[in-house]
Amino acid sequence: MPKPARRGLPPIVVQSVSKTFHVPEERSHTLKERALHPRRRTRHQRFKALNDVSFEVRPGEFFGIAGRNGSGKSTMLKCLAGIYGVDSGRIWMHGRLSPFIELGVGFNMDLAARDNVVLNGIMMGLSPREAKARYDEVIDFAELREFEELKLKNYSSGMTVRLAFSVAIQVDADILLVDEVLAVGDAAFAQKCFDVFNRMRDEGRTIVFVTHDMGTLNRFCHRALLLERGSVVHLGEPHEVADRYLEINFGRNPEESGAADERGGDGDARVIEAWIEDEQGERQTSVGQGQRVTLRALVSFLVDVEDPVASVYVLNEDHVAIIVSTTLRENERSGRFASGEEVLFSFSFENVLAPGRYNPLFTLAHRGTGLDLMDRLEGALSFVVTGPEAMGGLIDVPVDVSVARGKAAISQRVGA
Amino acid sequence: MSSEAVPYEGLGRPIRGPRALTNDWSRFWHLTYNIARNEFKLRFFGSILGYVWQLVRPLLLFGVLYVFFTKVAHVNGSKTPGQEHYGAQLLGSIVLFTFFAEATAGAVRSVVDRENLVRKIQFPRMVIPLSVVLFCLFNLSLNLIVVLGFALLEGVRPMLSWVELPLIVTLLVVFATGIAMLLSALFVSLRDIQPIWEVVNQILFYCSPVIISVGTVREKVSTTLLHLYMLNPLAVVFQQFRHAMISHGALSAGQALGSWGALLGPIAIVLCTFALGFWVFNRSAPLVAENL
Repeated sequence: MPKPARRGLPPIVVQSVSKTFHVPEERSHTLKERALHPRRRTRHQRFKALNDVSFEVRPGEFFGIAGRNGSGKSTMLKCLAGIYGVDSGRIWMHGRLSPFIELGVGFNMDLAARDNVVLNGIMMGLSPREAKARYDEVIDFAELREFEELKLKNYSSGMTVRLAFSVAIQVDADILLVDEVLAVGDAAFAQKCFDVFNRMRDEGRTIVFVTHDMGTLNRFCHRALLLERGSVVHLGEPHEVADRYLEINFGRNPEESGAADERGGDGDARVIEAWIEDEQGERQTSVGQGQRVTLRALVSFLVDVEDPVASVYVLNEDHVAIIVSTTLRENERSGRFASGEEVLFSFSFENVLAPGRYNPLFTLAHRGTGLDLMDRLEGALSFVVTGPEAMGGLIDVPVDVSVARGKAAISQRVGA
Repeated sequence: MSSEAVPYEGLGRPIRGPRALTNDWSRFWHLTYNIARNEFKLRFFGSILGYVWQLVRPLLLFGVLYVFFTKVAHVNGSKTPGQEHYGAQLLGSIVLFTFFAEATAGAVRSVVDRENLVRKIQFPRMVIPLSVVLFCLFNLSLNLIVVLGFALLEGVRPMLSWVELPLIVTLLVVFATGIAMLLSALFVSLRDIQPIWEVVNQILFYCSPVIISVGTVREKVSTTLLHLYMLNPLAVVFQQFRHAMISHGALSAGQALGSWGALLGPIAIVLCTFALGFWVFNRSAPLVAENL
């Protein structure tokens, strides 16, 4: 991804900004209530939406703000947009700011496209003349020429969004604040939006983009900020932020959140401990994609056992086994183990799992099919796979993609 | 870094969050104008008879009152001095009062009703109540044309004192704007302002010289009470409208107050109302997006 080329003052500087909302527990909304209960003070619940947040956005940067619901990311955006004042700290904006954070705000459903486009344009700081002059461009980009006389209430929601987006990108702002707009419209229009964002990025405009879609974050942003409960968790490369986001989202307290372990089997052997290691041999609860992962189980035999079978099933959140392996593969006759002996079983594989949470299931069985169980350990450990982008598959393996154009090239490929 | 230090040279001032007003006055005006215009367009072009419906309410009220007071109760005979062209006087007062009532009552809910805008776009908050007043002013302009037409039909001759009209309307608009700002800001946290204001509007209707003229009032009450009555800015506006626009036989506001200097009283009330409304709105504007 090309780095922002422009130099100069940072368009956005946020310096230890805090914001607390006072949410009254019981709202007395009328004079009557106040008159009847003059001494009752409304108790307020304080909700700290932003806590000492500082960051800078560089000129021409596409900057992401990520976080879960309620993490404060939208509050941050509203503070940047000047919709909320801040309690403490300061924000500097250098350059012309587009006041929009959401699409279609201020549309009047009873009016036709032209009036709405002009009013929206004025809200963005255009003069009425400029707004009118750009109307044609807007309506053509939105592909709504044939519906321009229609009142907005007769538009489909997709059409409304298209119109709104077309208006929003007409603004000459240096800084754009965008709240989750890319997930709108049909696929073809979404692609158009992506193109526009790319163009804006290349033009050196600064875009601040709030999202919880890590794919988009990775695809567009130069840098990103991760908020959690109003505080900055991470500020850096988008893929780092995406990793941390998944960790927070799926892996908050991985040790605690696992279900109580269920055991089965006749008890001729016991799994004492099981854990996950990364390439460095460190125990982990989250593993990055592409790393080598090792599942280890320390087993103690309580009786003499011949040729036991150890198996591991890596289950995803839908309880589908994604990876299954067993000692049968290696050697059907694993040998004779004496009572009291402790054995470490290890299963090592390259982590091609899609990002998400996984629960390994570990079984130890008597000789044979592996179904005559001695012990079974489920839910006792889980781990999170972090990765840049969830493509939607169960696993992510490297795929070579090529495109051949023209008869010659195609026949060459097919012939070869 | 100390909290006072500006991290970069030339960064300017930190942003200040939402405000009632702005430095960008052209945007402020264009926004106010276009919101009012769109609103007007909706009423006007929404149905073929849009404007007619807009006028029906004052006209109906006028019809009922006119028939009742001239034909049934004989309260205001046209022969009485100061009651010449009673119909035109009555219609004019009703139209002016309708403006005041609609502008103030319409402003009450305006900020809350535009919650979507307030919570999602940074713009000077004052635009909202002002656009309501402006929209009502558009209506008033059209209605006044109807009133003047009616007056000419009734035999009123154009007078030099018609030039006072802008002054009279200005006083009314400033008063209505002050109340509009005040009420729209208060309504965010006190929701029963709306029914309360409806009642107040009714009281004001009967406490102002809409049906009866100040001349009639003067015959019934002491001078002190009359002066108190004339402190009501609406009374000044309506009475001066009667005097300047319809008939010089009607008392002027100055005559009713005893002297033109006494006019400073009601004017001071208008200005204080405006200042109070502005102060309250300005104070609540930064927090309004959170309190909605």
